[in-house]
Amino acid sequence: MRTQLPSKKSPPEEFSRRNFLRTLVIGSAYAATFAAGWLRPIQLLAAEWNKVAFDAKVLAEALKNIGGTSAIESDLILLKAPEIAENGAIVPVEITSKIPGTQSIYILADKNPQPLVAIFDIAAGLEPFISTRIKMGESSKVRVLVKAAGKFYVASQEVKVTIGGCGG
Amino acid sequence: MADAMKIRAQLQGDMADVKVLMFHPMETGLRKDPVSGDVIPLNFIQRVVATHNGKTVMDAQWSQAVSKNPFINFHIRGAKVGDKVAVSWEDNKGEKASIETTLN
Repeated sequence: MRTQLPSKKSPPEEFSRRNFLRTLVIGSAYAATFAAGWLRPIQLLAAEWNKVAFDAKVLAEALKNIGGTSAIESDLILLKAPEIAENGAIVPVEITSKIPGTQSIYILADKNPQPLVAIFDIAAGLEPFISTRIKMGESSKVRVLVKAAGKFYVASQEVKVTIGGCGG
Repeated sequence: MADAMKIRAQLQGDMADVKVLMFHPMETGLRKDPVSGDVIPLNFIQRVVATHNGKTVMDAQWSQAVSKNPFINFHIRGAKVGDKVAVSWEDNKGEKASIETTLN
C-alpha cells in the first residue's frame, strides 16, 4: 500500500474502484456458477421431462398428454411381455418397431397409479428396439405407442400380475 | 459413483448390442420403511441418454415405474471397432452417473 497521504478526493475514488472490482469478481463468479448450472442440463436434456404426462393418474389423460389419443393399432409393433408375471416389480418388456421413421417409443401400463412408464426417443443410428423391465401395480394391459412421421401407432398385451410391484 | 452402472457392448457385424444395468432404488414414493413405517420418498431415474461417438442415439424419459436397478438393451447401427458408447442418467434429486465403453 502506498504511504503517501491521499488527497481529499482520493478515498471515495479508491473505494469506488475497489467496490467496482469486487462487484466484477463476484459478478463473474455468479455468472460462472449460473452458466455451469444452466448449460449442463441443456446439453443433457434435449426435451423437458414430460411431467404432465408422467403425473397423469388415468390412461386417457396420459395418452392425451403425449398426443397419442387417436393411435392406430399396428402389427408392425412387436411387443414381447410375459402373459403371467409372478412379480409385478420386474416385468420384462421388449419392443421392436418395424414402422419406418420411428421417432419415439412409449411404454404404458394401463392400470398403474401413473400409467406412463417410459418414453424413448430414437435418434438416427439407433434401431427401433428397446428391451427393459417395468413395474406393474396390478394385472392390466401393457401398451406400447410408437410415434413415426408425427403419427401414433399402438400395440398392447394383457399381463396378469400375481404380486403387485408398486407398493410394498 | 463408480458402482452406479455397468455396460456391456458387443459388436455383431456393424451393429452394437448394448446392455446397461444401473444401480438405483427406483423408489415409487408408495413404499414404507418396514422398521419405522415412514414412507420412503420418491427417488427415480428421470433421464437416460445414450451416445455413439458423442452423438446422441437414445434420449429416454422415465417414471418411477421402471424396475429397481434398471436394465436396458438397445442396438446401435453403423458401429465399428474402436467406437465409443456412453450412457448417462440423472434422477429426480439431481444425482448423475455415466459410463463409457469402447467397442472391440
